[in-house]
Amino acid sequence: MKVSIYRYNPETDREPYMQEYEVDTQGKDLMVLDVLALVKEQDPTLAYRRSCREGVCGSDGMNMNGKNGLACVTALSIVAPGVLEGKKALVIRPLPGLPVIRDLVVDMTMFYNQYEKVQPYLINDTPAPAIERLQSPEEREKLDGLYECILCACCSTSCPSFWWNPEKFLGPAALLQGYRFLADSRDTARDDRLSRLDDPFSLFRCRGIMNCVSVCPKGLNPTRAIGHIRDMLLERAI
Amino acid sequence: MSIRTITFDAVIVGGGGAGMRASLQLAQSGFKTALISKVFPTRSHTVSAQGGITCAIASADPNDDWRWHMYDTVKGSDYIGDQDAIEYMCSVGPEAVFELDHMGLPFSRTEEGRIYQRPFGGQSKNFGEGGQAARTCAAADRTGHALLHALYQQNLKHNTQFYNEWLATDLVKNARGQVCGVIAMCIETGEVVFFKSKATVFATGGAGRIYASTTNALINTGDGVGMALRAGVPVQDIEMWQFHPTGIAGAGVLVTEGCRGEGGYLINKDGERFMERYAPNAKDLAGRDVVARSMMMEILDGRGCGPNGDHVYLKLDHLGEEVLHSRLPGICELSKTFAHADPVKEPVPVVPTCHYMMGGIPSNIHGQALRLSGGHEGDDQIIDGLFAVGEVACVSVHGANRLGGNSLLDLVVFGRAAGLFIEDGLRQGMEQAEPSRDDIEQAMSRYRRWDESKKGESVTSLRKALQQTMQNHFGVFRKGDLMAEGVSMLADLRGRIAEGHLDDKSKAFNTARVEALELDNLLEVAQATAIAAEGRKESRGAHSRYDFPDRDDENWLCHSIFDPATLKLGKRAVNFSPKTVDTFQPKVRTY
Repeated sequence: MKVSIYRYNPETDREPYMQEYEVDTQGKDLMVLDVLALVKEQDPTLAYRRSCREGVCGSDGMNMNGKNGLACVTALSIVAPGVLEGKKALVIRPLPGLPVIRDLVVDMTMFYNQYEKVQPYLINDTPAPAIERLQSPEEREKLDGLYECILCACCSTSCPSFWWNPEKFLGPAALLQGYRFLADSRDTARDDRLSRLDDPFSLFRCRGIMNCVSVCPKGLNPTRAIGHIRDMLLERAI
Repeated sequence: MSIRTITFDAVIVGGGGAGMRASLQLAQSGFKTALISKVFPTRSHTVSAQGGITCAIASADPNDDWRWHMYDTVKGSDYIGDQDAIEYMCSVGPEAVFELDHMGLPFSRTEEGRIYQRPFGGQSKNFGEGGQAARTCAAADRTGHALLHALYQQNLKHNTQFYNEWLATDLVKNARGQVCGVIAMCIETGEVVFFKSKATVFATGGAGRIYASTTNALINTGDGVGMALRAGVPVQDIEMWQFHPTGIAGAGVLVTEGCRGEGGYLINKDGERFMERYAPNAKDLAGRDVVARSMMMEILDGRGCGPNGDHVYLKLDHLGEEVLHSRLPGICELSKTFAHADPVKEPVPVVPTCHYMMGGIPSNIHGQALRLSGGHEGDDQIIDGLFAVGEVACVSVHGANRLGGNSLLDLVVFGRAAGLFIEDGLRQGMEQAEPSRDDIEQAMSRYRRWDESKKGESVTSLRKALQQTMQNHFGVFRKGDLMAEGVSMLADLRGRIAEGHLDDKSKAFNTARVEALELDNLLEVAQATAIAAEGRKESRGAHSRYDFPDRDDENWLCHSIFDPATLKLGKRAVNFSPKTVDTFQPKVRTY
């Protein structure tokens, strides 16, 4: 099968280019990460991140045939139907919108900075009890669909609002985590958290495009979380 | 070439659960601390832990007792876990787990609002007399992910200084054998720096990638063990590798023991629940070593499933869609992705898969690394400046077989303990050991070797040969002659790897260079494993030999110690002196 991969080495290349490879998967419907490993056997200079290879660590977010996803849990037949029959090529590029360090490796600093801005940690200044802080199953259920985020950046780097204002708009991943702590019954910093989001850019640049929802490899829904934060801000204002 | 030096009070190598628990303690203390991690911390392998963290917090059972947990752990270890260390872990555990809740870890909950606990393998009430316990605290089946993110978040809150995507390459030690810090390479730029530090803490995790098939992440290359062995630090019980009963056949991806805790069970090709024959009481919740061996017996006796009869099935559909989706959502996802089987409707094909390194750098409960005065024999000596916590360490709380859910507890209890101990030591004026220029140069030699290599075999082909050797010669069942052959193949591989070739010498995010440096570490772990496995002439816990099928307490109720200087295997006494409870005497181990 044919694979076309975005290449850029800052030490030798003046500009990026696409490189073609021929890979033999022996007809198997491999995950894209397995295909990359086969390419790397041919050409060890290819750089990409990977760790858990099972979709929980978030290292290998990349753009495959136009769509962001995790290479390790994306099967060829899903991302590029017909590629095994030679009808098309598998085309792999780095996540869009972030500076490229080398090949498929992007500089995630901007993404992490926005994450840190939502104070992504539990704040509770009351003295901790001798056991856990009690939380009902119903209260805990509010965190489902939020805490599972793996910080792969597939969502934020598919978001036109984030492309446009990566320094001012926090992006779907950070806002999902912002809401994860707003929704936690054990957190006491709700008002301060909301105040930090109450400006024209941080949250309100979300235009409801929902690319984040369509690419999230964990099936999470940042747009809905952003909607909940809007509601909380509105409720607070009246 | 002179390299930049950065000086810290403490440097932690590894950004998983143990490393970040230690760094959190030290960041809160105000001492100048750095955490070096070869991946962004939330990509560490702790993230893959699923079922939970075992601890007697008395939620599922208000009468639960940490001593019962201790009994289970000692028995699970096949009696070569150190009882003082197990006592410490089980008794301090509840405090460490409640701290995790206070940090924000989203544990699943009971109707009373307390942390949800599920049954796991090898658990009992009342010292094995009171039936199955439910002692594993869970956040659905994503406990490791939830724990790792909570720890990272708290480290952000307390301004830990992270060096993310920096690969530690070798320890710097001086002529007196003191550890002075560590050499590390910034993966993004290729810059190599000497991190000088009063305390160097290894929290580098395991090395499952020495095997061709493993549940471990691709990053689990035993970097800490490799660095330790090259610096002359011994390893203990390194022959003890846990094969997890339920890795997805073909893919190696882990399926939590929590599946069986929630009521799932294993069946052979006849649909028989075969564990009833091997472990009449605990059945599918016997120790992992016991379950893994039983599965292999079924497969070897021709009762395996699939066209090649090379796996068995994990049956879950009887639990119902609601339980599966609320308690085991991650498993449903993984099974559909990697086994093309929806557990709601069909069983999951599973096979015992390399999962956990029980052995590692011998250490005490403060995380201080130890060596023996005579290399492979003699008295314990503390290695100045070096600490080890988590999977890379061998405290030993797991002995010859780790119980499910005890690894996460190990991480937070001993990460915390090392942090507290180092904080205290720094307050009392812990001194910086000084290296000479030659000492630093010595630690750079391996990096240089690859950088100057001109021709030779590729890293990929050498790595594959190593992994296949381990897979074929040091699996679930072991045999003396086969292992001896493996030992000599690894000796041969050592020569080939020493002549291995790194073609790409570029600096910026050169992952080929990272993989070359990792290969040296894989080799160190593999060779130590092989020699120790061949040397321990008995069967105990995860180490099971055809030629020595029985446990031999007379000769082997002890730790093994592998000395890298002489390649000799020695013995070290197991601790049988807990402080507050009576010793648990070795008994025949049945489930």
